[in-house]
Amino acid sequence: MDIGQFIKDPLGVIGAFLTSLLAGIGLAPQAIMVIEMIIGVVVIASAALVLPLFLIWFERRVVARMQDRIGPNRVGPQGLLQTIADAIKLMIKEDITPIGADKLVYNAAPILSVVAIISMWAVLPFASNIIGTSLNVGALYIVGVGSLGTLAIMMGGWASNNKYALLGAFRTVAQLVSYEAPMILSLLVPVILARTMDLNGIVQAQSVWFIVAAPIAALIFFVTSVAEVGRTPFDLLEAESEIVAGFHIEYSGMKFGMFFVAEFLHAFTVGALTAVLFLGGWRGPFAEQVPLLGIVYFILKAFLGYFIVILMRTTLPRIRIDHMLDLNWKFLVPTSLSVIVVTIVVDKLIQQAGITNDWARSGLLFLANVLLGLAIFWVLSRAARSMRAFEGAAGEAHHGGDHAAGHLAPAHGEPAEAHAAPAH
Amino acid sequence: MTVTVDQILFLITALVTMGAAATVVTAQNLVHAALALIATFFGVAILFVLLQAGFLATVQVVLYIGAISILIIFAIMLTRRVMQDSGPQTNQQWWLAAVFALALFAALWVVLQQVPALQQASGSLPIPGDSLQLLGFGFVDPNQYLLPFELASVLLLIALVGSIVIAGEKQ
Amino acid sequence: MVPLSWYLTLAAALFCVGLYGVLARKNAVAILMGIELMLNAVNINLVAFWHYLEPQVMAGQMFTIIVLTVAASEAAVGLALIISIYRRRNTVIAEDVDLMKW
Repeated sequence: MDIGQFIKDPLGVIGAFLTSLLAGIGLAPQAIMVIEMIIGVVVIASAALVLPLFLIWFERRVVARMQDRIGPNRVGPQGLLQTIADAIKLMIKEDITPIGADKLVYNAAPILSVVAIISMWAVLPFASNIIGTSLNVGALYIVGVGSLGTLAIMMGGWASNNKYALLGAFRTVAQLVSYEAPMILSLLVPVILARTMDLNGIVQAQSVWFIVAAPIAALIFFVTSVAEVGRTPFDLLEAESEIVAGFHIEYSGMKFGMFFVAEFLHAFTVGALTAVLFLGGWRGPFAEQVPLLGIVYFILKAFLGYFIVILMRTTLPRIRIDHMLDLNWKFLVPTSLSVIVVTIVVDKLIQQAGITNDWARSGLLFLANVLLGLAIFWVLSRAARSMRAFEGAAGEAHHGGDHAAGHLAPAHGEPAEAHAAPAH
Repeated sequence: MTVTVDQILFLITALVTMGAAATVVTAQNLVHAALALIATFFGVAILFVLLQAGFLATVQVVLYIGAISILIIFAIMLTRRVMQDSGPQTNQQWWLAAVFALALFAALWVVLQQVPALQQASGSLPIPGDSLQLLGFGFVDPNQYLLPFELASVLLLIALVGSIVIAGEKQ
Repeated sequence: MVPLSWYLTLAAALFCVGLYGVLARKNAVAILMGIELMLNAVNINLVAFWHYLEPQVMAGQMFTIIVLTVAASEAAVGLALIISIYRRRNTVIAEDVDLMKW
């Protein structure tokens, strides 16, 4: 094996080696192709399944440090084997199936949940030539298999034969289906900028990272993807204090473990997708010549995204379901639609003007995004002011008697009146 | 006649799809029928992939499995009085419906056998490499299919507003 | 290679199964599921003809996308109607909604 060739194209070298090995045994070329595909699938799926062992440890340590404690540090060096101990505990727990539960659907729901997330890993580009499969509709494929996860939650909630599980599943599906709309819309922006839905093509079009050219879209995509996972602040789905663990109340042992693994893997995949779509994926110094370096950059950027997800989890409180749906339909959907329109118009103008320098293009798009952000802030402040005026007028009619307690100073324009009212 | 890999794949997918479709129309429990419907949609998506229409397969998964199936499951769960389904799920004329469906299938099959060109078409015509781009251009080109595209968007808007008005709570 | 007639036979079979579902089921949602099966059969037909006869012309796929869109909107409105009927008459059995029968 030639080391130089291996560094330039690791998968090609390994593939050629395997082909020669299998042809030596005497298999038909079609069978060799099928076997190689199966080996590729097994490798990616195993990597995706082993990763949560590290992700859970990472999350517990980071959350602990933010909460001024240490986190797991007894089992193994620095507590690295803690997750394995937890997995063993889950595996040897008693497997309880509730009476009246629909056995097939009940057992299939956690499996479908994990399958949906691992399928997403088939299209992530780890390096310029290391990718599971370079689908030309990669971005839409991600959306499609994400909706399979939603289905799994619905199945799990219904099959548990439990009112609270069903209620939790309804709320979950309402949230997940609602947040798919702005996610798809903000996913369109890198597709428009890169002129292709292929994830590898999107990475290759990012000589300037797309987070410069589309910061609002990146933010919306990140927030909606976190809502799709079901992480705080959107973790109404499993809020222990409110709905007693939501749709997975009746799941114990390894079945719950599978939902758990699926959630952590999905959180990491959100970081990976943000890295691919907006942070340049595997791009970095010398990433084209040495694809293995591309993998390193990709993993670093994905962990950055995952770290931000953990940050959000430790610091933000949960939001209520009606606030959550309000946020989605009244703010995120109009914003993402306007981002798409602005991006298309500015991109076409840039094309007409004949500017081909990538930095100039990204700079102009960034400027357009900043202007759009200012316009959004202006609209929001107008809406907030009118809402406060409305509440202030309604509040004044109420607090004729109780002056001391009613002084919430509703709006900027009204403190004079509010203070004058009790003075008489 | 040797059976090629394509034919094996097609036969497996066809069997899964037909099995799931049969479950949809005969299942006692409606949620089982809905899940079998999801399996049917998946089988149809795989058929689209076999026909080299990858974009259509993805759209099928996103729309049918990700949206319409969830809508159907919600409708089933919102319209049941008891948790279990009881009693026969078919009406009194089910045997007539079965006869009619079989007769229609037999008629279609006979018609298909009469056209020899269908047996020989082997699908070796070249698919354009940038079919996705051609598809996109077809939808925005005024000389091609811009009008049906816009009409479909208006139809979706009407359906959206209409469903909210029909199913909304009357205060 | 898979002959075109196999795809068309599969589409015809799926269509007939959907037809049986529409004609023989009591529950209105089950009838709607049969309608969706029929629309999927039509889609398979269209894409098979596109692939085997005229792959250069994208009209086959466009027709399919329009059919898919219409199916989605029809499912949405149909299910809204079913939910509305359930609220008024507390039943979704198609035979019991017969106030206007002679």
